Amino acid sequence: MKSSVIVFPGSNCDRDIAVVLEKLQFKNTMVWHKETELPKSDLIVVPGGFSYGDYLRSGAIAAKSNVLSEVTAQANKGTLILGVCNGFQILIESGLLKGALLRNIGLKFISKNVFIKIISNKNKFCNKYKKDQVIELNIAHNEGNYFTSKDHLKELEDNDLIAFKYSNKKGEILNESNPNGSIKNIAGILNNNKNILGMMPHPERMADKLLSGEDGLDLFLSIMS
Amino acid sequence: MKIDEKIISSHGLKTEEYSKIKELLNRDPNILELGIFSAMWNEHCSYKSSKIHLKKLPTKNNIVIQGPGENAGVIDIGDDDAIVFKIESHNHPSFIEPYQGAATGVGGILRDVFTMGARPIALMNSIHFGEPKNEKTQNLLNGVVSGIGGYGNCIGIPTVGGEIKFNKTYNENILVNAMAIGYAKKNKIFYSKAKGLGKSVVYVGSKTGRDGIHGASMASAEFDENSEKKKPTVQVGDPFTEKLLLEACLELMKDESIISIQDMGAAGLTSSSVEMASKGKLGIELDLDKIPCREKNMSPYEMMLSESQERMLIILNNGKENKARKIFNKWDLDFVVIGKTNDTNNLSLRFKNKKVAEIPIEALADKAPLYDRKSTNPKISKKKLNTKDFKNIKIEDALIKILSSANYSKKDWVTDQYDQIVMCDTIQKSGGDAAVVRIHNKDKAIAISVDSSAEYCKGNPKIGGKQIVCENWRNLVSVGAKPLAITNCLNFGSPEKPNVMGEFINCIDGIKEACEFLDFPVVSGNVSFYNETNTKSINPTPVIGGIGLINDLKKIISMETKKNKNLIMIIGKTFGHLGKSAFAEENLGFSDGVPPEINLQNEKNNGLTILKLIRENLVESVHDISSGGILVSLAEMCIGSKLGMKIKKPKDLVNSIEYFFGEDQGRYLIEISPDNLQKINIFLKKNNIYGEIIAEVQNDAFELEKVFSLSVEKLCKCNNQWYYNYNAINKK
Repeated sequence: MKSSVIVFPGSNCDRDIAVVLEKLQFKNTMVWHKETELPKSDLIVVPGGFSYGDYLRSGAIAAKSNVLSEVTAQANKGTLILGVCNGFQILIESGLLKGALLRNIGLKFISKNVFIKIISNKNKFCNKYKKDQVIELNIAHNEGNYFTSKDHLKELEDNDLIAFKYSNKKGEILNESNPNGSIKNIAGILNNNKNILGMMPHPERMADKLLSGEDGLDLFLSIMS
Repeated sequence: MKIDEKIISSHGLKTEEYSKIKELLNRDPNILELGIFSAMWNEHCSYKSSKIHLKKLPTKNNIVIQGPGENAGVIDIGDDDAIVFKIESHNHPSFIEPYQGAATGVGGILRDVFTMGARPIALMNSIHFGEPKNEKTQNLLNGVVSGIGGYGNCIGIPTVGGEIKFNKTYNENILVNAMAIGYAKKNKIFYSKAKGLGKSVVYVGSKTGRDGIHGASMASAEFDENSEKKKPTVQVGDPFTEKLLLEACLELMKDESIISIQDMGAAGLTSSSVEMASKGKLGIELDLDKIPCREKNMSPYEMMLSESQERMLIILNNGKENKARKIFNKWDLDFVVIGKTNDTNNLSLRFKNKKVAEIPIEALADKAPLYDRKSTNPKISKKKLNTKDFKNIKIEDALIKILSSANYSKKDWVTDQYDQIVMCDTIQKSGGDAAVVRIHNKDKAIAISVDSSAEYCKGNPKIGGKQIVCENWRNLVSVGAKPLAITNCLNFGSPEKPNVMGEFINCIDGIKEACEFLDFPVVSGNVSFYNETNTKSINPTPVIGGIGLINDLKKIISMETKKNKNLIMIIGKTFGHLGKSAFAEENLGFSDGVPPEINLQNEKNNGLTILKLIRENLVESVHDISSGGILVSLAEMCIGSKLGMKIKKPKDLVNSIEYFFGEDQGRYLIEISPDNLQKINIFLKKNNIYGEIIAEVQNDAFELEKVFSLSVEKLCKCNNQWYYNYNAINKK
């Protein structure tokens, strides 16, 4: 499979995700934000980091970059788009996903491992996971507090568009297991066509047994299947 | 402008130093030149009070590629790989403006590392605050922690650990020491020494603003009640620009374009240009009209003394300008040729077509004042505790008290604000004896530990200096790493006070003795004097940052217990030394004791034994015994794993409090499988090492035979609450 990882000034998880893609035999290209054309790709990744320093508002400047209009065109054609952390913020700012990512409720940067429950596995990103499976992933963000309108929330729920929620180890979705204040503990959502996934946790950080675990690997294996 | 007494002293210069300037120039300096001298001759840049003593430290062995004197130290870790690392203080700015002070401390140390051609792979820190109840502490703590996190998280380099301590000695002078570690190819290290005449001197990075003017001079003076007013001398950090600068520099370093490179740190453009010219024995001419400025109408004085962050000075090979410019343009950074090297041996500055300064480089660097300051032998405490002093204290109460205290609590509240695993090579995060970071794409890793023990140094600076090197060495050993080399940050009061100088000299003697014995050279470092307010100095606080090498990723070991029924053995003898211990401090409020003696021979033998046991796969976990003694260390092993432990009562002749809380040095706890016991005993006997089984791993309960039993859950809870409670109470 072919993948592209978009690199903005300030991206800092671009290498991490490329390492995982290459390990899984993706033919990967790093694409600089000033490019106006994307190589032919089955998957486009908008990685984590602090694009443009997160000045103005996380993701806001990157959403206006050259390459993003090309990403949008590809998204509309059905190419798979994965936005992780700052990538999720950029997809929201560009309108490819709906809602908003606010400051964490504790007003502090949070970096730690959390439990994530698979809410929907009927999509191209999560089909290797079982529904309701609990996995452990790492989060590292300042603005991951997902918020959206009542109508959109209903749309997400009715159409099975919530991919992940923060839970405890047993899979219970509680206030105490919500690290950042996200509405309904939402950790990742899909667009209506289910070809775009935005998520705050970092699957690429859990793809090596020697580090903290391999729970993120199935996300990439899902994309490949 | 006429230079009078007032102007001279406001530049932090003494009258006799001003006379020396006139003598070196053969005339009176103008105000710009005076500013340049003050920037180069202050303590922070010139090391004028410490230089003659620092020379005593061992700085070479067969793995040292570059010792002190460059932007950072460089060591060889085999296979043409090198590790570049350094620790530096940002104490004064962090007290005045905690967020920016700490953030720019991180930014500065990162630049020191990537200036040498290394990609930074990890950050560490050592931060010291006043008592928690001091009204300034909470604000400083919050600001410093978010500043460290804010910079590291944004630039995308993991902050993998460090230490955080509270003591009233830091009430008016906090310490913020940041360490950066980078990886480079051994044959691709870049240095600051200029070479060749007529070469282009290039300014890259951020624009120059009016921030941080005289920052280095501010850091070379003590504080008083007017310190607040020094806020404008603190620089403002921009980690985003630093990320661009990092990538652009590393891209340019791929070929042979760069002759030499130096970051603009303390004293900005002045020190970077002087440093390069001085090392190359050349002159340098700069055209100040070309300096990219953030603000209008900046004067030469402001440009030369600004400490705006994220800037570099590069000397390029002929014909490489266009290529280099292209790279910096790609990263949206300024790239301007601002001058040339020449053979005048002078720093010459031009502004609006006029020469505005001309100073012999030698006068600024080699001829800077050098002092052999007066020193007195430090007072060595001799007070001892008597068993009567603690006969009414219950062991379990003392344990809980230590585990729940500010200094011994788990630091999750802090470390959860640091991205510890970006770059995806962090094998062991903070919380263990040392952090472990893999070398990208390789089957080897480095271990990193940062340590200090100001309490011991206060009690006896020489023993303290020795102890802290040993503790650092022990921490590296405890994760399975062969200790290689250290960087140090020496935080002290005013060198103009003989007693402070005495503490400094004795600490250095201690560090030297331990480093020599353990073949653990000092390859980089920094001295921070004048940590004092209204003439009150901090306790002597040398901080050691050590690096160890792990050649086999399968042999990394951690401290939490692994399996029920495994045995816990102590390596090294216990005498029950309670002076300066966590027990004495937390339970008796007694802090005037004598620190424990160091036996370097035992230290080395015990450590090497641990490494051999790890390599032979005979141990399941290792934890060194440091502050808090045996019982606190055992509890920490359980807190990590959530497993319990059954601890044997010591023999009757020993006092239990002394046995369990004594801080005798050179000891380790190891977890072993009962199947390996015999093999280990034979091995220890053969090597003449003391080892004794003192506990067994079990589920749930942490118990001492016939004395107490606590649930591990309770231990975890009391160990993890302090920060949350502290911030909750003070928020109201």
